[in-house]
Amino acid sequence: MKLWIIFKKEMSSYYNSLIAYIIIAIFLLIAGYFFYTDLLFFVLWAGIDINIGFWEYYFHDIRYFLILLIPILTMRLFAEEKKLGTIELLTTYPLRDIDILLGKFLACFSILFLMLFIVFFYSFFIKAFHVLNWGPVLSGFFGLLLLGCAFMSCGIFLSSITENQIVAAAMTYCTLLAFWFITWNENIGGETLVKALKKISLFDRFYNFSRGLIDIKNILFFLLFIFFFLFLTYISLESRRWKGLKQ
Amino acid sequence: MIKVEGLYKYFGHIAAIEDISFQVKKGEIAGFLGPNGSGKTTTMRILTGFFPPTLGKAEVAGYDILKYPLEAKKRIGYFPERSPLYPDKRVKSYIEFVAEVYGLKGKERNKQVDYAINACGLTNVASRLIGNLSKGYRQRVCMAQTIVHNPEVLILDEPTIGLDPEQVVEIRKLIKTLGEDKTVFLSTHILGEVSIICSRIIIISNGHILAEDTTENLTDRLEETSRTSVQIEGPVKDIEDTLKALDEIIDIKRGKEISPKICSFIIESKKEIDIHQTLTSKVTEKNWVIHELRPISLSVEDIFLKIVEEKDRG
Repeated sequence: MKLWIIFKKEMSSYYNSLIAYIIIAIFLLIAGYFFYTDLLFFVLWAGIDINIGFWEYYFHDIRYFLILLIPILTMRLFAEEKKLGTIELLTTYPLRDIDILLGKFLACFSILFLMLFIVFFYSFFIKAFHVLNWGPVLSGFFGLLLLGCAFMSCGIFLSSITENQIVAAAMTYCTLLAFWFITWNENIGGETLVKALKKISLFDRFYNFSRGLIDIKNILFFLLFIFFFLFLTYISLESRRWKGLKQ
Repeated sequence: MIKVEGLYKYFGHIAAIEDISFQVKKGEIAGFLGPNGSGKTTTMRILTGFFPPTLGKAEVAGYDILKYPLEAKKRIGYFPERSPLYPDKRVKSYIEFVAEVYGLKGKERNKQVDYAINACGLTNVASRLIGNLSKGYRQRVCMAQTIVHNPEVLILDEPTIGLDPEQVVEIRKLIKTLGEDKTVFLSTHILGEVSIICSRIIIISNGHILAEDTTENLTDRLEETSRTSVQIEGPVKDIEDTLKALDEIIDIKRGKEISPKICSFIIESKKEIDIHQTLTSKVTEKNWVIHELRPISLSVEDIFLKIVEEKDRG
């Protein structure tokens, strides 16, 4: 599979340029710190039912760091190739655009997975001292993975339409924040509009995962969101083919 | 081989190339010659499948690039104009990546990678980061990725630009060796380069092909008279007058004075006639001495200018 060759290339780029190490280190540092303070908060102030409140609280914290860090992972994926001109070589190799796209997506995904996987082990600390209900923990991490992939697909698309990495990252931040703020202003749009907006808000969709509720509709929404942006990226890659086709 | 028929490419309303047709056969090195912005890169990008033409057909190594892009691309080695590379990769691992992209595995991959690295003189820098290499070395790395999969067709977009003279010679030598059993299509705006390595010239200007032929045929077609440079020792004025009076000689121009007694002339004569004999007998008769006698053939510069002139005249 040619996809794995691209995957390998992207991974070596991530690790050679130290981006992967830096992002993972920052994420683990912050995630560890918040794990500690959130736990402290719950033990000292919020009573002792760690199984419900704590994880929900903690997952909500983690998604902020994902929003902060994932655009940095995705911004280079296509923008850099365009800037360097290597996209010309890449697209004249015997590769399909879909291989290139999925190879890059998977490379980014593997870093996200690694980060969440390490943080997942924090739950064993709690298990050592307290009764642990695995359901909400697994549901929350699964939700985070979907949320992270949604951020990634959006970031990859925006990286494919510019050759400037900073522009790609800035646009990704704006878009992701928009998907967060979108339901905040209930008074302006009226209830129906807010209801409709809630349906497309990434964070509202994530809410149930963090409480241990896995709803098939929410999973489908995330998958559709990811597919939508990857499809747009594919179109943007293909666009060089149909530019200048008509007189 | 490369076969191009009626290729058009429009960007908006601007035509980058119009009605381009040509062929390059196996074992041929074809020079694609034209000023900047004449459509060379556009043509090459169509041939390599980077984008499709607005109209027309392009066939590389027997495969239509539009219908069977993957099959065609497997057989092409492409050297893009800017020689783009990944600065964060090491030379060897980059070449290995390219080899894998072309489907080479295991021993064969290693063999081909070693071959490409050796052929392009990269042995000493194989483990270095591409980003830390000089321009000349980067160009060679790009050349190595072009040849690593032993392609049937090489498409090289200005492969020698920005190299120092010694490296230019090396790269040209490499291209010449490769051209023995492959199809090479090479673009350049350096005219001299074409006459050194190419057996065939395709001249393009403003998106149109002006001429396509072997170097010799083009020269033959454009040379109406033959020119000879000669250095003769003797009284300058006398020489000039005597030679001018000869029937075979159409025109004579006085060149540099080498020493007070020796002067150089450029003689234009009728094409069919062997001017050397006429000259030597005349000079001996007058007791002058010939110091140098050599025919001047049209340079590629002359060919190019003549063709562009010809087209302008209509």
